[in-house]
Amino acid sequence: MRIALFITCFNDTMYPNTGKAVTTLLERLGHTVHFPQAQTCCGQMHFNTGYRREALPLVRRFAEAFAAYDAVVTPSGSCAGMVREHHGTLARQSGDADLMAAIGNLAPKVYELSELLVDVLGVTDVGAYFPHRVTYHPTCHSLRMLRVGDRPLQLLRAVKGIDLVELPEADSCCGFGGTFALKNPDVSSAMLADKVANVTQTRAEVLCAGDNSCLMHIGGGLGRLRTGVGTLHLAEILAGTEGDPR
Amino acid sequence: MSGTHTSGGVVWLGSPAFPEAARSAVADTRLRTNLRKATGTIRDKRVAAAAELDDWEELRTAAAAIKRATLRHLDHHLLRLEESVTAVGGTVHWAADAAEANRIVTRLVRATGETEVVKVKSMATQEIGLNEALAAAGITAYETDLAELIVQLDDDRPSHILVPAIHRGRAEIREIFRERMGEWGKPAPEGLTDDPRQLAEAARSHLREKFLNTKVAVSGANFAAADTGTVAVVESEGNGRMCLTLPETLITVMGIEKVLPSFADLEVFLQLLPRSSTGERMNPYTSMWTGTVPGDGPRAFHLVLLDNGRTATLRDTVGRQTLGCIRCSACLNVCPVYERTGGHAYGSPYPGPIGAVLTPQLAGVERAASLPFASTLCGACYDACPVKIDIPEVLVHLRARAVDAARGGSLPTPESLAMKAAALTLATPRRLSFAQRAGALGSRLLARRGVLRRLPGPLHRWSDTRDTPAPPRETFRAWWRRTRPENQ
Amino acid sequence: MTTSRETILARIGSALTDVPKTERYDAAAISRDYRASHAGGHDVTALFAERAADYRATVTRTVHAPTAIAAALAERVPASLIIPDGFPAQWLPDEGGPRRLADRPPLSVRELDAAAGVLTTCAVAIAVTGTLVLDAGPGQGRRALSLLPDYHLCVVRAAQIAEDVPEALRRLNPRRPLTFISGPSATSDIELERVEGVHGPRTLDIVIVEPTTPAPGEAA
Repeated sequence: MRIALFITCFNDTMYPNTGKAVTTLLERLGHTVHFPQAQTCCGQMHFNTGYRREALPLVRRFAEAFAAYDAVVTPSGSCAGMVREHHGTLARQSGDADLMAAIGNLAPKVYELSELLVDVLGVTDVGAYFPHRVTYHPTCHSLRMLRVGDRPLQLLRAVKGIDLVELPEADSCCGFGGTFALKNPDVSSAMLADKVANVTQTRAEVLCAGDNSCLMHIGGGLGRLRTGVGTLHLAEILAGTEGDPR
Repeated sequence: MSGTHTSGGVVWLGSPAFPEAARSAVADTRLRTNLRKATGTIRDKRVAAAAELDDWEELRTAAAAIKRATLRHLDHHLLRLEESVTAVGGTVHWAADAAEANRIVTRLVRATGETEVVKVKSMATQEIGLNEALAAAGITAYETDLAELIVQLDDDRPSHILVPAIHRGRAEIREIFRERMGEWGKPAPEGLTDDPRQLAEAARSHLREKFLNTKVAVSGANFAAADTGTVAVVESEGNGRMCLTLPETLITVMGIEKVLPSFADLEVFLQLLPRSSTGERMNPYTSMWTGTVPGDGPRAFHLVLLDNGRTATLRDTVGRQTLGCIRCSACLNVCPVYERTGGHAYGSPYPGPIGAVLTPQLAGVERAASLPFASTLCGACYDACPVKIDIPEVLVHLRARAVDAARGGSLPTPESLAMKAAALTLATPRRLSFAQRAGALGSRLLARRGVLRRLPGPLHRWSDTRDTPAPPRETFRAWWRRTRPENQ
Repeated sequence: MTTSRETILARIGSALTDVPKTERYDAAAISRDYRASHAGGHDVTALFAERAADYRATVTRTVHAPTAIAAALAERVPASLIIPDGFPAQWLPDEGGPRRLADRPPLSVRELDAAAGVLTTCAVAIAVTGTLVLDAGPGQGRRALSLLPDYHLCVVRAAQIAEDVPEALRRLNPRRPLTFISGPSATSDIELERVEGVHGPRTLDIVIVEPTTPAPGEAA
């Protein structure tokens, strides 16, 4: 199976370790990871903010960059959601029949990391080791757009040494919402404050999620309040094994 | 007819844009406490009531299908409704906009010679500002729903579709009753406490005389069946029954989208609505009437069919689904934004997620351009919606409409410039890499121990409450190229 | 001059250009995969009694209506009781108890308001939701009778209990004025907490009349 990694522009720039972790993890599971160099961005920010005209060339680029693969994995629930749910919308609006066909073919093969592992590769115990107290925040798009359900938790529960604690009001949005955080900073900050309070209440050392954008948001709040709680992407926890230097 | 759908329009827009209105709401700790308590209570009840039916999803699917299929033939169903209602002794009126609906109701009340009406809680009459229009014509409208009464006595605005006084706690309600009831009729009893039972008793006693004396009632409608001409009002307190039964004249104002093809369709909606709105298996009272009945209830029944922007909403094939809304308010109760801001910040009788999509469509996107952005797109509203309105889908659709409408402006906005610049940067990997290097360099100059505490320009809105990591020296792309030259 | 009726219909016509001209509304095409009933094989009388009680109605099951009605009246002691036309005479307790009022000639709203209670039958009941439906038929009277008095005692024959909402709607005649009643009047308007007792009757008693068990050897 030819698996391509869609790193996302945000992870590429801000969280390269997440991409390295996905690569390490999949290679450990015996797969070859391809990184199509032509990739840039799924266009989510533009689409969600109303700039569809600007998003369309990014959709085109995505479709071309990933056309040749059996599966595309991305360590972001919201970017996977953008491709699966909205690339088709943009293609239809463009009236470009070729693009519609390309997206129709490609979109179902795009997986968020936990979907690829559990559904496609059929694995929940990835052989990871992480001896820390962890709480998990299910991000909105993974939960309600992709419907990943408890797949990330299945993966985390199988991690050796982990002390996984439930996050109160886990389903509540953290208040990021992309440009929402800038357009409605007061509401966003109020939501963040509640999320941060719930995270600290768990006394976890690490907050884990499947989307670094939400993690940057919550982590930014945790950092500002000097709570000492760190953030890690799901991939980074799953990539670690016993004997890793930590 | 350009713009006619908003003449008169939706009342009470023009309050500040959502972000500004939300700022003061978020800072109001008492409001936050009231909202959190109330929405928290109802959320759990709704989930339990829905979970009791193992075919909840099938009911939602059927409801969505009925609503969407009905809207595709709305003219047919409305004509059928008109025919059915007329056949059983009712009179049907058509109102193209708010002003016309208000004129019709005012004329009908005047024809009775009465100067007072009792009202059943109705979103449509809130939307058109009927009470204000009647007042201008010398007619006093008495709201009889407990929460509407609280809002009316306090000269306030409703902040929730189902519970318009959700922003008030019991102690505040007691004060409003003690101070204001006397001005409108029977005063609050001496020694009134903030026990909800006592407050409900005070409302019962205050309104009883009004019910017994008033000859004209105005209601909304939850549903109207085209095949039989049956109109339904779903309520809890019995104020609806009072208004629908005791007066001699009943005037019902109904949005044109409320029509259902058949009486039998109510079997779906009567299961979904109570469970979604109050988390009950069934609400205490539902009244259904088909025209007039000699010796029982009003002798005259008028049905006012209201457009007021609904046909413009119908025209938009993505936005059209919004007209399926049955006003249950489940989306408000689950919305993390609504929970923090309350309803007033939305500047419309329709707050919360459904308001953020309905108001811009009824009133025109340009008049409510900030509302489609008043959401994180978390999707909780879509999951809760009993008629499966994909609110996030409509939100992003309306955002695009708002952005496209602004493109014609003489000066590009800073946001649009930033978005265009970002699109250019992301157009090729080469440009992206260049920008990443430049950004990383700049950020590291500003960072301390890898953390940025204050960001420049409008980004302060982010950095006021959040630290930001400085981007690492090496992007993923660069790492890949460096470590895997064989796999390019 | 165009009327608003024509204007609105024209607007709808032009708004629906995406709908093929030949398309007609087809009720049969709606997917109705939901259950006809959520009674789940439960005894509908027991289910109705349980669900109505959930909403703070006091429910009694009996094979002898006069005894149960007399007991309810002895408990509530209303000063007066409206008995609508057509209420089965064999269900009424012997004389005594509250002053009985007939709605013939029709009572004024003042008289209704002054009445302490009302005794009615119903048209249909719904087990899953614990709901009574009145349709102003015999023994129920016009709608105001069961609204203004503060006490409502409703007698339901077990055979009138439908399993769930769909069955109930099929049994009802929409041409009659229908009132669905689930417990006493209530509100959730103060902090979204349910409080019983606002404008409608604050006390609701329900008597379910069940057929007497056939004696051995008797045909069922």
